[in-house]
Amino acid sequence: MNNYIIGLIKKKIRPDGRTFLEHRKINITKDPSKYAEGSVIVELGKTKVAVGVKMGIGEPFKDTPNEGILITSAEFVPFASKEFEPGPPSPDAIELARVVDRGIRESKAVDLEKLCIKEGEKVWMVFVDIYVLNHDGNLIDAAGIGAIAALLNAKIPKLDENEEIVHGEYQGELPVVKKPVPVTFYKIADQIIVDPTKEEEDAAEARLTIIFNDDGNIVGMQKELPGYWTVDEIKSCIETGKRLSSKIRSEVLSK
Amino acid sequence: MSYEKRFDGRAFDELRPIDIKIGVIKNAKGSAMFKIGDTIAIAGVMGPKEVHPKHLRNPEKGILQVHYDMMSFSVSDRARPGPDRRDIELSKVIKNALEPALILNDLPETGVYLYVYILQANAGTRCAAVCASSLALAHAGIPMKDLVPAVAAGKVADKIVLDLSKEEEDHPEGATDMAIAMVPRGEKITLLTMDGNISDKELRQALEYAKKGCMQIYKLQKEALRKFLKGEEK
Repeated sequence: MNNYIIGLIKKKIRPDGRTFLEHRKINITKDPSKYAEGSVIVELGKTKVAVGVKMGIGEPFKDTPNEGILITSAEFVPFASKEFEPGPPSPDAIELARVVDRGIRESKAVDLEKLCIKEGEKVWMVFVDIYVLNHDGNLIDAAGIGAIAALLNAKIPKLDENEEIVHGEYQGELPVVKKPVPVTFYKIADQIIVDPTKEEEDAAEARLTIIFNDDGNIVGMQKELPGYWTVDEIKSCIETGKRLSSKIRSEVLSK
Repeated sequence: MSYEKRFDGRAFDELRPIDIKIGVIKNAKGSAMFKIGDTIAIAGVMGPKEVHPKHLRNPEKGILQVHYDMMSFSVSDRARPGPDRRDIELSKVIKNALEPALILNDLPETGVYLYVYILQANAGTRCAAVCASSLALAHAGIPMKDLVPAVAAGKVADKIVLDLSKEEEDHPEGATDMAIAMVPRGEKITLLTMDGNISDKELRQALEYAKKGCMQIYKLQKEALRKFLKGEEK
C-alpha cells in the first residue's frame, strides 16, 4: 500500500483526487452531547472526533492564583481503528492531547483570568476531552479544530450561594478570545501534503504540525515520525499553513 | 404523595422517543447509534479476529469481549475518561446479555470485540448500550439467533413505570430501577439488574412493562436494520 501511495504522490496524484495542499470537507455538528458545557463532532472526510468541554471547580496552581485551569485529554476509541487497543491512553493519544493543549494554552484562547472565582482558593477547571471515533488520518488537525470549536460553543455553569455548580443552568459564555488552528504537514517522497487519509499518513516519512493564532503568529509546533524537514521546507509550510489556517478559521470557526 | 403525572408527560407504560442509526462508524465492522430520550449509546464491533493472549482462544467457539464506557462529558459531573468500577461491571453484564443471542460456535478460535460508548446519559444507559450493541453485532454480520432489546422498568414514588428518566430515578420519594434485556424469541431474560425496594406484586407488573417495552424496541430495531439494508442495496 505504501509503495502504491508513494508512486502516486511522485506523479503528483492523490488517491482521492485532491491537490497536495487541500483539506477534505470539514463538517462540524454542534451540541451532540447536551450535558457537556460545550460539545462538537468534527468530521474531516471519514475522520470523526467528538470533543466535549466540562467545567468543574478546583484550587488554582500556586504560581497562577488568579487563573482558571485547562486540562486536555484524548481517548482513542478502539472501534475507530484496527490499530487502537482498549486500555489507558497510548503514547499517540497522549501526544495528541498535549499538542492540542499547547495550541489552546499558548494562543491564550481561553481568558483564564476571567475564570477565577476566589483568588488563590477557587477557580474554574476547564476539561477538554477528545474522543477519536473514526480514524482516517490527520487526527491532530481534526482534534485541534474540534477543541477550539467546542470551547467556542461552551458556557459557564451558574453557581449557587455556596459557590457550587447548578447543573443545567449557565451564567454566560466561556471567554474564548482566540481561535488557534493547527495545520499538519506530511512528507511523502519529498512532496508535502496536508490532511492525509490514513493510507497516505501510513506512507509518510515526516510530520510537522504548526498551530497558528488569529494574527498569523505561530503558537505551537510539533515534528514527528522518523524523517526530517529542511529549513526551506519548514518556511514553505509556514507560508502555506498561515493561509490554510485562516481559511479554516473563517469557514468553520466563525461563530 | 402520589406520582400522578410523569415529569415528561408520558403514559406510565410509554417509552421515551427512540432514534436508531446503523453504520455510524466507518472503520468498525459493524456499528450503531441508539438514542432513547436523552440517552445516546454508540456501539462498534471489531473482528472476528485473532484472540490475544492465546490462552483465551477456544477451539470450540468464538469469544465475545465487551468494553462499556461513559464519555467524560456525557454526564453533569465530569466522569474521568476511561472505565471505572461501574463501567467494568456493566461491560460484564452487557456481555452476558448479548452472548445468548450469538452463534459463537460458528467462529471458533476468534474473538468478537464490542466497544460501546455513552455520548449522553439520562438514565437507562446499560439498556441503550445493549440495544446499540446488538444492532452493531448484526451490522457486523456476526451469526445471531435474534436481536436483543433492553429497557428499564420500575417504580417512581407509588407508580410502576416503564423506561425511567434521570429525573424519575432521582424522585424525592425514591425510585426502583430494574434493567431488563430480552431475547425475544423464547422471551429469554438475559440481563437483569435491579436496585430499590418494591413488593413482589409490583415487581411482576414492572416485569410485564419491561417485556412490553422490549417488544416495542425489538420492532424498531428490526425496522432500522431493514431500512439500512435496503439503502445498502441501492
